[in-house]
Amino acid sequence: MFALLWKDLQIEFRTKETLASLLMLGLLTLLILSFAFDPMSELRGEAAPAVLWVVVIFAGVLGINRSFLTERENECLHGLLLAPVDRGTIYLAKVAGNVLFMVAAQLIVGPIFVLFFNLPLTLALLRLAAVVLLGLIGFAAVGSLFAAIAVRTRAREVMLPLLLLPLAVPVLIAGVKASDRILAGKTLGDVSQWLHLLLGFDLVFLVVGWLLFEYAVEE
Amino acid sequence: MMSTGRRLADVVLAPLSGVTMLLALYMVFVYVPSDKVQGIVQRIFYFHVPLAILTFVAFGLVALASALFLWRGTRFWDRLAHSAAEVGMMFCTLMLVTGTIWARPIWGTWWTWDARLTSALILWLIYAAYLMLREFSATSDQAARYAAVLGIVGSIDIPIINRAVYWWRTIHPAVLVTREGGSGLEDPRMQATLLVSFLAFAALLGWLLWVRNESARLHDEVEVLHQQLLAEHER
Repeated sequence: MFALLWKDLQIEFRTKETLASLLMLGLLTLLILSFAFDPMSELRGEAAPAVLWVVVIFAGVLGINRSFLTERENECLHGLLLAPVDRGTIYLAKVAGNVLFMVAAQLIVGPIFVLFFNLPLTLALLRLAAVVLLGLIGFAAVGSLFAAIAVRTRAREVMLPLLLLPLAVPVLIAGVKASDRILAGKTLGDVSQWLHLLLGFDLVFLVVGWLLFEYAVEE
Repeated sequence: MMSTGRRLADVVLAPLSGVTMLLALYMVFVYVPSDKVQGIVQRIFYFHVPLAILTFVAFGLVALASALFLWRGTRFWDRLAHSAAEVGMMFCTLMLVTGTIWARPIWGTWWTWDARLTSALILWLIYAAYLMLREFSATSDQAARYAAVLGIVGSIDIPIINRAVYWWRTIHPAVLVTREGGSGLEDPRMQATLLVSFLAFAALLGWLLWVRNESARLHDEVEVLHQQLLAEHER
């Protein structure tokens, strides 16, 4: 699994395609959305958690889609499938890679988000990071399973968001609600309900993805 | 086996659905008394509730047939999943439509982000994506396998969505807490009407499933024959 993860990371170090595109897309989304809200208005603070998650979704869908497109381009997926590893392991490596890319992008987009939205720079950032991380894992768990499916359909680019977004609704609800509360100054304990939901979602879908991935990549 | 199946479907289910549907119409519009609080609008309930329950039955069947297909690999289960998804989609759409027609006079709005409404809409979206995935897959084998994966994941996701939206709405003040609050169905005539209506729609679901499944089977048969002809032609 680590070898597979390392392979994806190495490709990324050499091309820097995914990370660069994730970053740019994240920044652009952030910029456009912050134009939409009057800087003086109270609404800005209210909208902040929603904006954060919209950025996560946009960048996430793009990045996850890319992760399988590169495998497809030179028929690398065939090579991967021929390798003597369990299909589930390939899946877990893909999820780990996608989470890492998204985290890396968020590390840069996050502070800019705080800046644009004039948020208090306190410990809330750490708590927020915990919520976002759990959300990203869930998103990548469902996304990596369906990206393998989506790249082989005819409407490749639109298929992933179509499949992923309705299924990721619990992540989005829990993520938005928990970040909303944390930005309002609550602790992690206050949002434990949402954290449990995120954690449960992550676990369930990692297991389901691990089990079903072989049907998603089989020729 | 096929002939008994056909007899059951065409001789039993179709007429049963037709007769009970007419009876249900009579009961809903003539026999049953109007609800005290909601008035005449409440009568849509006798269509809405059976549709809602049967939507879940149909989508449950999709999940079950999907799992059996991945396990066994028989086309039969795939056809059943596909048929159940299509028929379920129709029931789900009707459920949403009758719901909004009821909501307009009672709640004063066509739509509100109530927990049940939100999860029903997402249910609709997931199975819309399911049907699109089947359309956009390259081969029918691929379509079957991919759709089965989605059918299973969707069935796991729906209870989670449901829980999430309930939590979400219990933390925020709910627009309306209960839907049938205060009215209830104490009158035995109301209960009888609901039962007959449910039976009518259940028979309709069964019959539509049968017809859709038959057409999918014939479609598969034609495809096999087509392949054989092509192979012979090439020789």
